[in-house]
Amino acid sequence: MTPAAGTTFLQSINQALREEMLADPDVYVLGEDVAVGGPYGATRGLAEEFGEHRVINTPISEGTVVGLAIGAALQGLRPVVEIMFVDFITLALDQLVNHGAKLRYMSGGQLKVPLTIRTMFGVSGGWGAHHSQSLEAWLAHVPGLKVVMPSTACEAGALLRAAIRDDNPVLFMEHRGLYWTKDDQAEPTTIESTLGTARVRRPGRDVTVVATGRMVSTALRAAERLSAEGVEIEVVDPRTLSPLDLDTLAASVRKTGRAVIAHEAVVQGGIGGELVAQLQLAVFDYLEAPILRVGAPFAPVPAGEQLEAAFVPDEHSIIAAVRSCLGRA
Amino acid sequence: MDKQTAASLLDTMYLIRAFEEKVSELYAKLEIRGLLHLGIGQEAVAAAVCSFLDRDDLLYSSHRAHGHCLAKGGDPRRLLAELAGKANGYCGGKGGSMHISAPEVGFMTATGVVGGTIPLALGSALFCRERRPGRIAVVFFGDGAMNMGAFQESLNIASLWKLPLLFVCENNGYAEFTPISAHTLVERASEHAAVYHIPTVTVDGNDLLAVLQAVEPAVARARSGDGPSLVECLTYRMRGHYEGDPSKYRELSELQEWKSKDPVARFVAWAIDAGLLDETERDAIEAAARSKVEAAADFAREGPVPERDAVSRGVYA
Ligand SMILES: Cc1ncc(C[n+]2csc(CCOP(=O)(O)OP(=O)(O)O)c2C)c(N)n1
Repeated sequence: MTPAAGTTFLQSINQALREEMLADPDVYVLGEDVAVGGPYGATRGLAEEFGEHRVINTPISEGTVVGLAIGAALQGLRPVVEIMFVDFITLALDQLVNHGAKLRYMSGGQLKVPLTIRTMFGVSGGWGAHHSQSLEAWLAHVPGLKVVMPSTACEAGALLRAAIRDDNPVLFMEHRGLYWTKDDQAEPTTIESTLGTARVRRPGRDVTVVATGRMVSTALRAAERLSAEGVEIEVVDPRTLSPLDLDTLAASVRKTGRAVIAHEAVVQGGIGGELVAQLQLAVFDYLEAPILRVGAPFAPVPAGEQLEAAFVPDEHSIIAAVRSCLGRA
Repeated sequence: MDKQTAASLLDTMYLIRAFEEKVSELYAKLEIRGLLHLGIGQEAVAAAVCSFLDRDDLLYSSHRAHGHCLAKGGDPRRLLAELAGKANGYCGGKGGSMHISAPEVGFMTATGVVGGTIPLALGSALFCRERRPGRIAVVFFGDGAMNMGAFQESLNIASLWKLPLLFVCENNGYAEFTPISAHTLVERASEHAAVYHIPTVTVDGNDLLAVLQAVEPAVARARSGDGPSLVECLTYRMRGHYEGDPSKYRELSELQEWKSKDPVARFVAWAIDAGLLDETERDAIEAAARSKVEAAADFAREGPVPERDAVSRGVYA
């Protein structure tokens, strides 16, 4: 079901969880405080409706809880684990990377791990270095994991439902800065159409801007400004970072001949580097300029308001990169 | 105990012993490779614990996994073929010794990460609680895993949620090349379990009867939904930490002392004494185990190598 107009990103997540729990008794929700709704209400009402045996509050033991969810998934349950902040995925990496991601392959196809991990990420509100990171590139590096990053309220719900129905471990990354945003209009989004497919958010002829998570809305703002000066950028949201829908990205760059990759993670080692490498191989003959990257400086996330603002790329960063791509100062 | 049970327990122990000796031999002959951890000397634990399990009970192991897989009913042919990297191995040659998986007999997985399977077993126990009351999960781990955070977290959660789970610690006194005393002041896994209000006992792991006696009520407790238990088995590995380990960190006299406590010989002596077994039967059981293992070696040797492009297939379901 497509969320009604006016639904926030957070409500869309909540509805998706509820619908999947209704549709499939094997869907379980686990995490810290999830039985009381979680820190922002993503799991609100679920324990009341489905009982605390399916909406399970866990101790603060990220590594063990993720391992436990993998062990339950091996037997056919479909756990949805909430890791409150992606910063704490570090504590669960052993289970996620060494077991969750690899058991399918290591077992020669005998096992599968239908697990979803929902987690908050991104900079907002001065929360500093331990509650603001964008660690998607680490996980997109791991064979066997899928990494999903929605950018709109409607798509958040559809992508989450697709993630839960997927038979692989999926890391589902929710930008905290998007939680209270609403889509301009309700978008009919089918679950089938989302996982593993990119989406062109705004067509344009001059430069392709591939943007992820909250950077999609930043890119759309940049597009408005650039349009006023006669530059039309095409904004493409990969939506799934692993596996990557290279075809859609490459088709766009073939048309425009230029590309900028924009994400909130630090540039060094970020997913942008991978996108550049894959794109240049796919569209080298069409490129009019080097592909540029926009992202955060190589530093932990600072907490203070002014430093935080200096850390997060904004529409001016994207505009500058687009101009540079076009050979304009 | 009746004659049939005695024979079946002995059969399992001999199968493990013969299998591991064959692995050692094939490794020395360069017929198989890899990082191999053998369970010679620890057979009684695997045999006793698994004698209480059905195919549908869910077993997790450590890096020292061959014996656990066999005791759970794993096919020695497919296990050895897996060690040999062959397509007819359990995992098509992708897993190897430390990543065996044989879910068709309820052997879920081994692991290359010390303590790594303990949380997984909790999840399978949660599944049993929710969907298959009466079924249980069991996890084997070494004393080295006691110092992992995952172990402590898992004791806490298993106890809190009353999971149908059996923790089995094979305390063989060493983690790699270091004695337990150099790693911790808490040298007994049962001490940790007690902190989390988990019923626990430490037994002589080379005494099959003692292990049986400890495991029986623990399994019954898990099956009836009363929660987890931890059984700690004091034992010793007769081979190096891995095949090829020169074992310079321990005295020959220590090895000799434990040889005199060999779990297979001890059980044989007891069973003969108790009139449950005679020498001829013993010989027949051992010979049968050895011929099964010979057949497994042939199966592995003759098995097809995986296709080269299988390397990047099967990453996702
Ligand atoms: C997390 C982790 N750290 C280190 C290692 C290397 N390692 C492999 S086995 C081992 C010792 C394990 O000892 P124990 O748990 O007592 O099992 P045992 O080998 O005695 O059966 C170590 C340190 C590992 N595999 N995993």
